[in-house]
Amino acid sequence: MKRVAIVGYAQHPILKNAGALNEVELIMPVVHQLFNDLGISQKDIDFTCSGSCDYLQGAAFAFVEGLSAIQTNPPIKESHVEMDAAWAMYESMLKIQMGDAETALIYGFGKSSPGDLDAIISLQMDPYYISPLWPDRVSLAALQARVLLNQNIITQEQMLATVMEARTNSKNNKNALITDLIDESDYLNNPMVSSPLNKLDCPPISDGSSAMIIASEEKAYEFTDHPIWIEGIDHRIESSNLGSRNLATSNTLQASMKQLNLKNIKFDVAELHTQFSHEVPFLKFLLNLQDVPTNLSGGPLVGNVMMCAGLDAVGKTYESLKDNQLTHGLAHATSGPCLQHNMLVHLEAKK
Amino acid sequence: MSDSKDLLRAPFELAYNYKRSSGPVMSEFFEALGQQKILGTKSRAGKVFSPAAEFDPETHESLKEMVEVGPGGSVESFSWIEVPQNHHLIKDPFAFALIKLDGADSSMLHMIADCNEADLSIGTRVTAAWSETSDKRITDIKFFTLEK
Repeated sequence: MKRVAIVGYAQHPILKNAGALNEVELIMPVVHQLFNDLGISQKDIDFTCSGSCDYLQGAAFAFVEGLSAIQTNPPIKESHVEMDAAWAMYESMLKIQMGDAETALIYGFGKSSPGDLDAIISLQMDPYYISPLWPDRVSLAALQARVLLNQNIITQEQMLATVMEARTNSKNNKNALITDLIDESDYLNNPMVSSPLNKLDCPPISDGSSAMIIASEEKAYEFTDHPIWIEGIDHRIESSNLGSRNLATSNTLQASMKQLNLKNIKFDVAELHTQFSHEVPFLKFLLNLQDVPTNLSGGPLVGNVMMCAGLDAVGKTYESLKDNQLTHGLAHATSGPCLQHNMLVHLEAKK
Repeated sequence: MSDSKDLLRAPFELAYNYKRSSGPVMSEFFEALGQQKILGTKSRAGKVFSPAAEFDPETHESLKEMVEVGPGGSVESFSWIEVPQNHHLIKDPFAFALIKLDGADSSMLHMIADCNEADLSIGTRVTAAWSETSDKRITDIKFFTLEK
């Protein structure tokens, strides 16, 4: 394996409603901030890969518009994933491993405010057995929450603590959308959206964008004195047949942990793409993170830009390691209902 | 500036405006639903998937043998919606649920209606209520109701 490092990451302030700002106008500032911070330009980038969802914009090939945010003349090598931009990072890793690129620009963007996100996400499900029933994303997550509560894998108190902690941690995150603190009675008096999940258990509708640059060992030190290495990366998906999955565990996450040999690593920090409160104690349990500071950025509960929040977990882990001189970080990205598809990224700062 | 009537125009329909084929396994499942029967596919090891799966997600074995399951089953999990949204098919409080039909080893995602949240728990017995018309779609099961 060629060694690859993250050399830069930038995030747009997460907005409740970006209004007339279009996707290009959301991407441009973060890409330019990255280029300026590193003193580089598009010509220093061998491969560009983005993550977004055409369903959010309601038009086929809407992601092509996003390319207007970067310089594409002379022609560039470029790709796109209809997934969270964490998977654009994965594709970029492969491109570097294959020897087709030494550097890659990754960006993700999403505007959830103009449409009805619950209805839109329904359309992305299995079109035969599931989409025709129009299950909203909260109700699907709630199915897993109930299984976990029923089997005492997590508790309602842990869900409350997660919501309160996310808001406390939002002070560490200058781009957070939700920053107001709540107390126990605010939580308990909040109406259920889809029981057992209330509004505070769910992430806010968010607009925004993020960008990251990764580079091979040869190039990384040209860009920065403090690269953070991608020591391991693995992603696995479970069946689209929701009813055949065991929602009380995640066989795929366990397989990824084994593949990445994470058992004996003492993580200093973790950022999880946990969109719903019950997912935090569940993943901390599965990933052995009980004593590891997790989601110090507040995580998706204080700002959840669709198609970016997974890349943001990687970016926030990168920032934590870089800014606090820590050694090992774990980032998690997810896609699909009830943590169907998961990616783990082990980041390491070399002393 | 040209006159607006000179502009090229194209219609734009924001919709799911394409057709899908159901394939051999799901076609049989949907044909049977049209006759108010629920089928599942059975693996060599005897595991039954309903709704009918085309392959076993664990062994990747191709599944063809059909067996009838349900129409009764038990609730494996549910989420209760007190205030349905515009896109939901049921306008009164209802649940999305994973229902393990009698004779099946996997669960079906569907809805439960005509009851209260307090009536439901994991293990509650429910049975299929059929739509008045048959479209040979998953919505031919209108929803599930408490077993009498």
